[in-house]
Amino acid sequence: MLEATGLSKAFAAERGHTELAVLSDVSLELGAGEFVSLVGRSGSGKSTLLRILAGLLAPDAGEVLLDGARPQSLLGRIGYMPQDDLLMAWRSTLDNVTVGLELAGVPRPQARARARAELTRFGLAGFERHWPRALSGGMRRRAALLRTFLAGREVLLLDEPLGALDALTREEMREWLLEVWESDRKTILMVTHDVDEAVLMSDRVYVMAERPGRMHEAVAVTLPRPRTIELCDTAAFRALAARVRVPLRQGRFAQAPR
Amino acid sequence: MRMPGSATAVVAHGRREARVLGAPNSRRALGRYGPPLVFAALVLGAWQLYVSLSGISETVLPSPIEIARALVAARGTLAPSAWTTISEILIGYGSAIALGCGLALLVASSPLLERAAYPWLVISQLVPVPAIAALVVVWTGFGLGSKVVVIALVSFFPIAVGAIDGLRSTEPAVLDLLATLGAGGLDRLRLARVPSALPYLFSGLRVAAVLSVIGAVFAEWVGSYQTGLGYLILTYNNQTATAAEFAAIVLLAVIGIGLFALVGALERVLVPWNRALERSSRSAATRGDHD
Repeated sequence: MLEATGLSKAFAAERGHTELAVLSDVSLELGAGEFVSLVGRSGSGKSTLLRILAGLLAPDAGEVLLDGARPQSLLGRIGYMPQDDLLMAWRSTLDNVTVGLELAGVPRPQARARARAELTRFGLAGFERHWPRALSGGMRRRAALLRTFLAGREVLLLDEPLGALDALTREEMREWLLEVWESDRKTILMVTHDVDEAVLMSDRVYVMAERPGRMHEAVAVTLPRPRTIELCDTAAFRALAARVRVPLRQGRFAQAPR
Repeated sequence: MRMPGSATAVVAHGRREARVLGAPNSRRALGRYGPPLVFAALVLGAWQLYVSLSGISETVLPSPIEIARALVAARGTLAPSAWTTISEILIGYGSAIALGCGLALLVASSPLLERAAYPWLVISQLVPVPAIAALVVVWTGFGLGSKVVVIALVSFFPIAVGAIDGLRSTEPAVLDLLATLGAGGLDRLRLARVPSALPYLFSGLRVAAVLSVIGAVFAEWVGSYQTGLGYLILTYNNQTATAAEFAAIVLLAVIGIGLFALVGALERVLVPWNRALERSSRSAATRGDHD
């Protein structure tokens, strides 16, 4: 579905600093309908990688193939949810989630009807006329997710979609996001800092090393689906989580920061 | 640990999280307008008392009641002049809005133009408008035109700067997000940059509203055409008709307040999301008093 090979990216040198290599020869692959996670410490270039895959940033080297072809631009072809929810303060919740449909030329009544049909599933029913400001952190996340889902792309890049939520809400949202994915079967690449979250949700976990960001290992998660939180306590799960966690911990202080 | 149907659990959770806004309307109005009105009544009362007790001459400081009488007595002269001044302000201020917003959109569409024009826009304001008002009269005559030009000149700057700063203020991440949703430059301007510019624009509009009244008075002083409240103030001053002079000042103040209120009302209509913010913070701040 989406295939990246040999991606490298360096940011131009600022005064007093040498050029900063952010990504070095990164490759990954997303099969149709797969849920794939990307874990790595800060500085492993996860967000930069997502921005390249979303078409917002051009790589210095390497290429991205969508359905086997190299598109002119990835912009507008890939669903992208940045770390911040970026809900627009001047639009109601409903108008925020329909912005992708609006840009695709869907008439407003139709766009709204499609959004309303999803409000309950995304836990936003009754809040469609509220300003984003009035929503809680969890609701803002779900609104941002709904905006991404409604835009209708097959591949979704989610940059820490459950970051900055309290532990309880985060756990609920994991199960909820799994349910949503299992019914829609979109192709998802999710960035997270949380090893358990990555293993619980994914078919495959890419572990990245930092400075410069590079692919360390891809761990296949063969646990049966549908999965629930209880799975986290099984021995098979813990073994897989350890396989992801160990390289992450080994990477610590391996290279002196520039 | 799994809850039956965690999606519904999330919904219920969401409902609990939502904030409840709003308080009774009449009580809010009383809380908002009561104190300033009482304060004004106290000041006017003290003024009236001082004038009648001290026996100060009416030509130096007329009492509020004398000013009110002058307002009624001179209404035949004041009303047409007030209308003249209102027209000058509305046309001048309106032109400044059109020019300021137009320039801002032009500058927003071209980073090169922004870099080229913005410093000169700021530098142009170092030339005091009063200094060139006489020139404006030379160029545009003693009629309505010179007043409109002076008013537009003084109120243009805050509007243009507010609009330009506002158009620059959009979070780049929002623009990126819109790009991934397929938005082109014009879409991003319409969906994100213009709406996020509005609060900045309205700050500029409020400052400009005040300046436009000052500009009108000044323009009438420099190039008078025998009408307008600014002209009347000068005339009454020469005649030591102090109460009537005060009456003209009161009318000018009313025009200024009216314009300010008009801008505020427009802001509440066009920037409703900011209003929601203001109301929720205010109700949070005053909640302690009511409970």
